[in-house]
Amino acid sequence: MTPVIALSLFGIINLFLGFTFKRQSLQVVTLLFIICSMALTAMDWNHEYLWFGDMMKTNNLSINFSLIIQLAGLLVVAFSNGFGKDEVYTQPAEYYAILLFSLVGALLMVSFQNLIMLFVGLEILSVAMYVLTGSDKRNLRSNEAALKYFLMGSFATGFLLFGIALVYGSTRSLYISGILYNLSHTAPESLPSFLYAGIILMGIGLLFKISAAPFHFWTPDVYEGAPTIFTMFMSTVVKTAGFAAIYHILDVTFGGFQKNWIITVYFITIITLILGNISAAYQQSAKRMLAFSSISHAGYMLLTVCANQPSTSSNILYYSLAYTLATAVSFAVLMVVAEYQTGRTEKPENFDALNGLAKNNPSLAFAFTVALLSLAGIPLTAGFWGKFFVFTDMFNKNLTYPIIIAVLMSAVGIYYYFKGIISVYFNSGEIEKIETSFLFKIALWSACIGTLVLGIYPTLLKSIF
Amino acid sequence: MYLLFILLFPLLLGSFLLIAKPAKAFGLALGGSIIELIISCILLCDANTGKLPTEFISNWIPEAGLKFALFVDGINGILILLTALLVPFIIGSTAGSEKANDAKYQGLILTMQAALMGAFLAKDAFLFYFFFEASLLPIYFIINLYGSENRTKISFKFFVYTLFGSLFLLIGLIYVYLRTPGNTPSADFETLYQTASVLSTKEQSLLFLAFFIAFAIKMPMFPFHTWQPDTYTVAPSQGTMLLSGIMLKMGTYGVIRMIVPMFPAGIANWGNWVIILSVIGVLYGSIIAIQQKDMKRLLAYSSFAHVGLMSAGMLTLSNEGIQGALYQMLSHGINIVGLFFIVEVIERRTQSRDLDQLGGITSASKVLSIGFIILSLGSVALPLTNGFVGEFLLLKSVFDYQLTIGIIAGITIILGAVYTLRMIQKSMFGNASKFSINFEDLTISEKLVIIPLCILVVLGGIFPTVVLNYSQPAVDLLSKWIK
Repeated sequence: MTPVIALSLFGIINLFLGFTFKRQSLQVVTLLFIICSMALTAMDWNHEYLWFGDMMKTNNLSINFSLIIQLAGLLVVAFSNGFGKDEVYTQPAEYYAILLFSLVGALLMVSFQNLIMLFVGLEILSVAMYVLTGSDKRNLRSNEAALKYFLMGSFATGFLLFGIALVYGSTRSLYISGILYNLSHTAPESLPSFLYAGIILMGIGLLFKISAAPFHFWTPDVYEGAPTIFTMFMSTVVKTAGFAAIYHILDVTFGGFQKNWIITVYFITIITLILGNISAAYQQSAKRMLAFSSISHAGYMLLTVCANQPSTSSNILYYSLAYTLATAVSFAVLMVVAEYQTGRTEKPENFDALNGLAKNNPSLAFAFTVALLSLAGIPLTAGFWGKFFVFTDMFNKNLTYPIIIAVLMSAVGIYYYFKGIISVYFNSGEIEKIETSFLFKIALWSACIGTLVLGIYPTLLKSIF
Repeated sequence: MYLLFILLFPLLLGSFLLIAKPAKAFGLALGGSIIELIISCILLCDANTGKLPTEFISNWIPEAGLKFALFVDGINGILILLTALLVPFIIGSTAGSEKANDAKYQGLILTMQAALMGAFLAKDAFLFYFFFEASLLPIYFIINLYGSENRTKISFKFFVYTLFGSLFLLIGLIYVYLRTPGNTPSADFETLYQTASVLSTKEQSLLFLAFFIAFAIKMPMFPFHTWQPDTYTVAPSQGTMLLSGIMLKMGTYGVIRMIVPMFPAGIANWGNWVIILSVIGVLYGSIIAIQQKDMKRLLAYSSFAHVGLMSAGMLTLSNEGIQGALYQMLSHGINIVGLFFIVEVIERRTQSRDLDQLGGITSASKVLSIGFIILSLGSVALPLTNGFVGEFLLLKSVFDYQLTIGIIAGITIILGAVYTLRMIQKSMFGNASKFSINFEDLTISEKLVIIPLCILVVLGGIFPTVVLNYSQPAVDLLSKWIK
């Protein structure tokens, strides 16, 4: 767990560096910090360690999740252009420090061994996100989003905490190993029924974070109101960490009680798929569309959680990675175009603002297209294999009807993702050459090539997941 | 290694053209496609005599048991030949237009070729699926960047429609694939045939529908054809040639490769209905074709009618039906590419495809009218042309299947003659209109496209045995699974 300590230290160092360093150098330093902690994470590969009084455990699964989360953080930092040009109201050092702190929270969420650790991790991550959502201080929508996210988020955390309390009450332990031990040594009849309520309540608290319907109402508004760079962070890091936690709670810890939670989670999954996809199809704003698309992808990932097969963890990893790369790229392109269009058109985040991007910015347009194709799940891209593995899992579990719904919904997905591709390539519009920084280009291309490589040769990572 | 070469070469050349955008794109693309044709011919000949290994297998996703496996046998050999043969003509048909040296355009054509080749070469069902879908992307861009009015909407419909169908194929495939024996499942065609043969009749029937809907949309078969006429009309000529000449054969190939050997019980259950729908499609397409004024639209409906007969023939599960469909795929590809090229030539000179505005071209260009007539006769299936062989075999199989359906399907020959001859008459003969009065004779490059295609039409009609013997052993192997 050295990366947790390292990232916390780096965050504090970052705050001090803010006194002397410029935006640009802060960005580079933060990148180096994250790379450093990724290396520290990878060093534990193939070892199982318990940390902090057995409250955390690192194994290959948690390392993989940590690496994906830090990769997402890396992409976000690389895509951030020092957070706007507004010198007076933006403090890059603080933002970068908060980003690093929230990564700590996410890392706790993927490797917890004690439910209190899960709660602490979730809170570290969430509080950081509330602050970042509202970081565009002069913007009303950003403020509104932060408040909304905060109110609803703390309510959801309450559910989680209540769930933890009930589980603790019925199993006499907060440690995962202790819970498993007590559960296996108690006859199912003599377990108190509030255990099941506890499982469901914990599930609800976590499902809120990954924006599964019907707990998704905050998502479009918050995603739209938050500065795009933090929306990117929210939709990649929070989602991956949330899924790692859900997998850990529902499948690993309470997998034996599947019959008690499966109906609820099924129901949630199906609504998530339908609501996410259908609402996304109606959006005029590309950013809002991506928000709903993030809801719908939560649905696909929940399907494999429902299936609970031996391959589920590896499939969640693959899907998260594919989704992270594609979402980061699409938000990044959307961000620079919206920056360019601000002042030029009324709604810089609409699909119309992207019209004609391909003419003078072929690389941005290409990357955006690859990302959307991956989100839509077209072959040649990582997203296709993500969906493929999910469907395989479901068939193994004989979940035929959800598959049909999932397939119909991916057809709907093609519809709205292609709206983006059509505006970029085939609609006429005037966008001049948009200058981006060197780091931005590198991040864009590596994420884009990563998507294609994972789409053509998925074994590359599937073999270690 | 030849197998890998014919898949990767067009892909690499195409990507090079797309990225580097060299000035002499036409020469590069044409040269490349001719090299591809030569290598493909060598491969097919050697594979036939057993000199070369006919398989290339390497691991792709070992965790899921998927292999990167390519192979050649008598069935896909014909489609490989078709793809390799037609692309040089398609690229050649751009000569003299502003698209000739448009690197993006040629690059898209070549990447399309690579995707099609991949689909035909694949020995692993998911590799097939991978290319089956991937081929949509280049053609989508070809239509959208170079098509005519209203292209965005129409190509979008085409894309969503076909992709929607293939999602059913995907889940059907996964269903069968997960039931294959062994620790990790396998998607090798042979293994899938074995696995599918022990499935219950109910499963087979449902899976048949899931698979068939994908291929029926791709072909397209009545009543899934609504995307087709519009798409063919708005696509640039080369796009239409790719769509009708090669891409729709992916649907028919899929039926022969997967549905026929995998779900004989499913076909026994649904085959009758599907054959009736196909024959309805044949008649419907022909009758609508008779009323068309736009030549491109007319050819689109004629293509729709021809495909209907192919699918009816294949699903009779008889040896003649499958052989006939294979032969008809080859000859239909050659004829339709030639005919679409002639429409393009006429449109280049007169800016019109409307039959009412044309006429009297015969006197202006002898080669064009002779070529047009030969290709049309091939399409009508006159004896001694390539169309006859395939259509004869197909009709025989449908007659043997059920007499009434056979008789109704037989009307297609008459209707085909009506719309084709009407098209020739209205465009070529009669008095020259104000659009065609100054019709210039063909250029050399245009002749170089039309004349070889006409020769192929006649050769195909005189020596059909070359191709039929080539595919016979593979078709026999396939019939083993039907029983």
